[in-house]
Parts: sequence; C-alpha cells; structure tokens
Amino acid sequence: MWRWLHPYAKPEATYRLVDKLLPWFAAFTVVSLAVGMIWGLAYAPADYQQGDSYRIIYIHVPSAIFSMAAYFAMAVMGAIALIWQIKTAEWAIPAIAPVGAAMTVVALLTGAIWGKPMWGTWWVWDARLTSELILLFLYVGVMALYYAFDDVRTGAKAASILAIVGVVNLPIIHYSVEWWNTLHQGATITKFERPSIATSMLWPLLVSLLGFKLLTISLVMMRFKNELLRHELHRPWAQKELSADKELSDGV
Amino acid sequence: MNSWQLWRSVLAKDLRIAARRRSDALNPLMFLLMVVTLFPLGIGPGPDILERIAPGIIWVAALLATLLGLDRLFKDDYNDGSLEQLCLLPEPLAYTLTAKVAAHWLLSGLPLVLLSPLLALLLNLPVDAWWALALSLLLGTPALSALGAIGAALTLQLQRGGSLVSLILLPLFIPLLIFATSAVENAGMGLDVHAQLAILAAISVLTVTLAPLAIAAAVRMSMN
Repeated sequence: MWRWLHPYAKPEATYRLVDKLLPWFAAFTVVSLAVGMIWGLAYAPADYQQGDSYRIIYIHVPSAIFSMAAYFAMAVMGAIALIWQIKTAEWAIPAIAPVGAAMTVVALLTGAIWGKPMWGTWWVWDARLTSELILLFLYVGVMALYYAFDDVRTGAKAASILAIVGVVNLPIIHYSVEWWNTLHQGATITKFERPSIATSMLWPLLVSLLGFKLLTISLVMMRFKNELLRHELHRPWAQKELSADKELSDGV
Repeated sequence: MNSWQLWRSVLAKDLRIAARRRSDALNPLMFLLMVVTLFPLGIGPGPDILERIAPGIIWVAALLATLLGLDRLFKDDYNDGSLEQLCLLPEPLAYTLTAKVAAHWLLSGLPLVLLSPLLALLLNLPVDAWWALALSLLLGTPALSALGAIGAALTLQLQRGGSLVSLILLPLFIPLLIFATSAVENAGMGLDVHAQLAILAAISVLTVTLAPLAIAAAVRMSMN
C-alpha cells in the first residue's frame, strides 16, 4: 500500500490525481443531487404525520451526516500530518474545514426550519442541537487557529492537534439522541437493523446521501487544488498550470 | 533525581512562583467574585431567581476565570527557556507537564471549591445544592485545567492569543458546564445527583489521562 501511496506525498502528483478525478466526482454530484432532490422533494410520498414538511429530511440528514464525516476526515488528515509529517495532508485541513462548517450551518438552518412546524420553535437547547452547534464552534476554532500563525506549518500542526482533540464531540453528537431522550427524533436509518422509514422514502434519501457525499468530496477537492497551487506557487509545475489556465480563459 | 522528585520539583517551582507573585493567582478569583456580583445587580436580587440561575452563573464564571489564568501557565517558562529544558529531559514531556497542570489546578481549581460556600451564600443557594456545587467543582475543575493547558500550549507562539484561546476552549468546556449545572439544579430540587457527578468524574479522568499527550505535542510544536 505504501508504494502505491508514496508518490502522493509530492504535491504535483497529488494535484494531477485530484485534477483527473474532479470532473468525474463533479458530474456524479450533479446527477445524484438532482435525482435525489427532485425525487425526494417532489415524488416521494408525504408523511402521514408530518405531511410535506418532513421533506426537508432530504437536505437535513445528509448535511448533518457529512458535517460530522468531514470533521472526522479533517482529524484523520491532522493525524497523518502530525505522525508522518506529510505536507499535503496539512493542506487538506484548510480545504476541508470551511466545507464542513458550511455543512454544519446547513444542518442547523434546515433543522431550525424543520423544528418550527414540528416542535413550534426554531431552536431548543436539546442535546443534539447543542452538540451540532459545538461542532460548528470547533470548525471555527480550527480555522482560526490555522490562520493565526505567521508560519503556515506551525498553524497546520496546531490546527491538527485541535482537530484531533475535538473528535470526542463526534460520538456525543451521534449518540445524543439515544443517551438523552430529548425532542430530536431518533435515527431513521441504521446500518444493521431494518430502517424505521418506508422504502419509498428511503431510496430518495439514500440517493441524496450519495449526492451530498459527492458534493462534499468535490468541494473539498476544488479547495484542495487551490491550496496545492497556493503553497507551490514558486514551483515550475504550478506556474505552468496557472498560465495554462490563463491561456484557456483568455482564448474564451 | 528520579522522575517523581522531578515531578514534585516542577510543581513546587510553579507554586513558589505563584506565592511570590500573589496577584497573578488572585486576580482570576477576584474576577470570578465580581462577575458573580454583577448578576444580582443586573437581574435583580429576587432570591427565587438567583437560586434558579446560581449554578449557571457560578460555572460560567468559573470557566471564564480559568481562561484568565491560562496565560501564566506556560508563557513565562516559554519566554525564559525553562520549558525548552523540560522538553530536553529524558522523562516524557507529557509526564512532566502534568505537574504544571496540577499546579494550575491547585491555584485556580481548588480555590474555586474553597470559595463555593461564599458564592452559594451570595446567590442564595440552599445547603443541599451547595454540596453538589462544591462536588461538581471539585470533580470538574481538573478537566478545565487539563483542557485549558491544551489551549495555552497551542497558542504559545502567538503574541495576543487571548481571544483565540477562548474561541478554541469554550466549545470543549460546554459538556462540563451542562453536566455540572444539571447536577446542582437536581440537588436544589432534592433529586439524585450521582449520575451527573459520575459523568463529570469520568470526563475529568479521561481528560486528565489523555490531554497531556495533546499538551506535549502542542508544546513541542511551539518549540521549533
């Protein structure tokens, strides 16, 4: 595995790989998001209790899941950066953090919009809502710490340590609805048991999940490409890449 | 010098420095008292209201006071180079730094526990709730010191890291606040508080054992 992974410690090789994969991810993102959203928001049956307002599940659940997944990915990158001192992993942190923070904001906003008709209030200090809010603060802290240092590598290391420390919050968010019996409803899809959601509603949800996953990955890849270029500006390959882009846009 | 003597000498040095510069250790406590005084003036001195919000006020003030005291935890040692000497010792850095965390707890966490009867009196807390408050402070403040040390070590290189420290630490403090205030509230209503106190103790044990690894990594990062 190491022989296969090793070339990607070199920024140029990583850039080529991301550049090659990004169009595929972007195309599949558009397709799966379009299918998932249209299917879920227009064609899936209405809930017998929550009516049409449950449909926000097709945005709320995927964004909440990938706000946590992005944080975990960021912490893994931080661990790789700290343990093996791989520069490209350090640059993944500023690429992931804003995307994850945006997912967290989307999850909180859609949750509030869902909460208004269901619970009669935009916000309650319920365990899951609070811990998701803490996740947003953690993202903000990681970003603030990353950009606080004059030396980029020190900032990246500090942000990595903070990201790893913050991982303790993830299980708290995930199990909060089971540990504390609060207003937020329990999970509707689990890996090992029969989901407590009708199949006709489940399929569009799964497609939206895939769509949000690909969306998160694509956005991170775009930011990651920019980070790679920004850090390697002085290298010939990056300059060549940038001038090629410029010619392309000048031609158009 | 064996490793236990070393640990004690690091602790003793920090305590001696604090004894010579008392205002550094006392200022956060005065700040805490003043914050607690502000609330009855701002909200009104009705005993019922004060009793209801007392646990929250005291714990929030404790969090803020902890943040204030973090400045002196590593900064002076970093500036005069003695922190670098600790890094060069054969003993693991994570081990020696626990002595500094313990010193910080003795200077900021333990006085809070000792102050708690006064705070309870000021905010009209009944005696049952005071017991829970003192226990929650005793069990929760070690975690505050350990987590705070991570923040202090991460921002060691920064000239003005104060606001950044609060930004990265307060989210990590929130779980402690939730369980501690819920324990004190339950005690005030005559309910069982063992569950919350057990969770507080668990959080403290977990952070005090694992945080030194992060503190050591952060200090080493600041050394380069």
